Amino acid sequence: MSLKSNLHTLKEKYKGTKMAPAFNALHTFLYLPNETTHNGTHIKAADDLKRTMNIVIMALLPCLVFGMYNAGYQHYVALGEIERSTGFLASTFWTMDNLIVGMWQVLPLVIVSYGVGLAVEFLFAVIKGHEVEEGYLVTGMLVPLIVPVDIPLWMLAVAVVFGVVIGKEVFGGTGMNILNPALTIRAFLFFAYPTWMSGDKVWVHGAVERDQMIANGSNLDAISGETILGSYAQSNMVDFSFLDMFWGLIPGSVGETSKFLIIIGALFLIFTKIGSWRIIASTLIGALTMGLIFNGVVSAEWIGETSKFYGLMNVPFWQHLIIGSILFGAVYMATDPVTASQTNKGKWIYGFLIGFISIMIRVFNPAYPEGVFLAILLMNVFAPTIDHYVVQGNVKRRMRRLKLKTA
Amino acid sequence: MGLLSKKDAKLITDPLADNNPITIQVLGICSALAITAELKASLVMAIAVLFVMGVGNVVISLIRNLIPSKIRIIVQLIVVASLVIIVDQVLKAYAYELSKTLSVFVGLIITNCIIMGRFEAFALGNGPWRAFLDGIGNAVGYGVILIIVGFFRELLGSGTLFGIPVLGDAIEKTGLYSTGYENNGFMLMPPMALIIVGLLIWVQRSRNKDLIED
Repeated sequence: MSLKSNLHTLKEKYKGTKMAPAFNALHTFLYLPNETTHNGTHIKAADDLKRTMNIVIMALLPCLVFGMYNAGYQHYVALGEIERSTGFLASTFWTMDNLIVGMWQVLPLVIVSYGVGLAVEFLFAVIKGHEVEEGYLVTGMLVPLIVPVDIPLWMLAVAVVFGVVIGKEVFGGTGMNILNPALTIRAFLFFAYPTWMSGDKVWVHGAVERDQMIANGSNLDAISGETILGSYAQSNMVDFSFLDMFWGLIPGSVGETSKFLIIIGALFLIFTKIGSWRIIASTLIGALTMGLIFNGVVSAEWIGETSKFYGLMNVPFWQHLIIGSILFGAVYMATDPVTASQTNKGKWIYGFLIGFISIMIRVFNPAYPEGVFLAILLMNVFAPTIDHYVVQGNVKRRMRRLKLKTA
Repeated sequence: MGLLSKKDAKLITDPLADNNPITIQVLGICSALAITAELKASLVMAIAVLFVMGVGNVVISLIRNLIPSKIRIIVQLIVVASLVIIVDQVLKAYAYELSKTLSVFVGLIITNCIIMGRFEAFALGNGPWRAFLDGIGNAVGYGVILIIVGFFRELLGSGTLFGIPVLGDAIEKTGLYSTGYENNGFMLMPPMALIIVGLLIWVQRSRNKDLIED
């Protein structure tokens, strides 16, 4: 008997019992079910929810693989064992050694994220007696990509439980959540364990460990794992070229460094009509606008070089797009169909404000070197309000037109 | 129950569970969010509110027939304010450090919605003994939630209870910290108090389905 029919028999056997949703989920995860989903507030077409999810995961996979190589590469470069190289096809980048170190660090993050998250989903499905929802598939993939490589696994597990329960299940599960669960998880980690989520150590694998060894009396050199944003914020010199930032050979969260692969993912999402190009475009426009305003402030000499904002304000406006995670946030986070605005006009407003506020937080708040996730969470909260006013505005306009006609 | 009749006993037991001022009526949230980062502060706040509500309810109940209804809010405020000043002075005299932690929130007991709510809803229409029981019951119901929230926030946020380290030393890495455990900084921030209160409401409602509104 094939696996499919085995699973099918199991499913039939447990039909109507409390455990039924768990078996249904396994069956439909591996094989096509006989019918597609009929509910889920964010589904507007005949698209199966699982297809939507799978396409996003496909778009994320290059980032994940690159992230693994990059974790190893940054580790060895920091140790001084390999030379820093340039270009996407750099010879010291795509090596087996890098991949092994990276996989050793990143795969546990993926496993913990999926294991814990799906366990919570299954538990809630069994308790509440509904089918297991696919909502966690994308979240589970996003989470390892937006955390530092060296984050302790138990912290990730605690954050995933928090994010799935408080961010999603309390609102009624997939499709009902106000906040993006992946970003809720990141926000929890950020506020709960700030030493592991920001600073100049956590972004390169091994830097924290090395610090502890030095503290214990070893005479090794400390490793710097500072991100580019961190350097700019302290008005330090940045020794990465523009192309390094674009290709992604820089320290940062696991999946957000390669702008090149994110753009490919974005094109894929837009082409398959899963991601909204309006949100992506307006987010970038918002970020550029804020960047331009800051550049204007600097060139008008309203602030001096001694100002603590000078370093970040002086960054050329277009460079804001390739440093930090604004691009990743715009493509994979802001476009989340559940938490974004639904109306077209609303999407422009929603995206623009995300970009605008992201750069504002990035420059003005030294405690939050990256404001993208906070900006998206904030706008998630406002998305329904934006939609409300867009719809009301439309209603009013049509009422007026009707009056003109009948009068 | 020789001391209390069944009806009177309900005045105390109701606010503890099915009519809790915080988790059911959602009153007095502001102080519950602000001062529960430490268990000690929660306990002192609970005792302060217990005193103010117990005495205040009796006073209002005693003079309820003398208060002109047009100025009753002002009279109630004067009663609470006098009691709160007593609490504030006692704290400043005997627990100065703590009174600094609680800062404005002692003064803000005056505006605690639970107190004014009980004056209006109960003390104005009932005798002193029943008003006293009602005050005590509601204050304890409020205090219990404060202490539960304070317990979790201090334990998970600072690793201490009443300021005593219970999970080992965070800097020396002893006890639980030697395994890599770290304090959860989020617990010390007010949003987490809101989430814990939310979880308490969730637990309470899933245990007693009658409490769920449509």
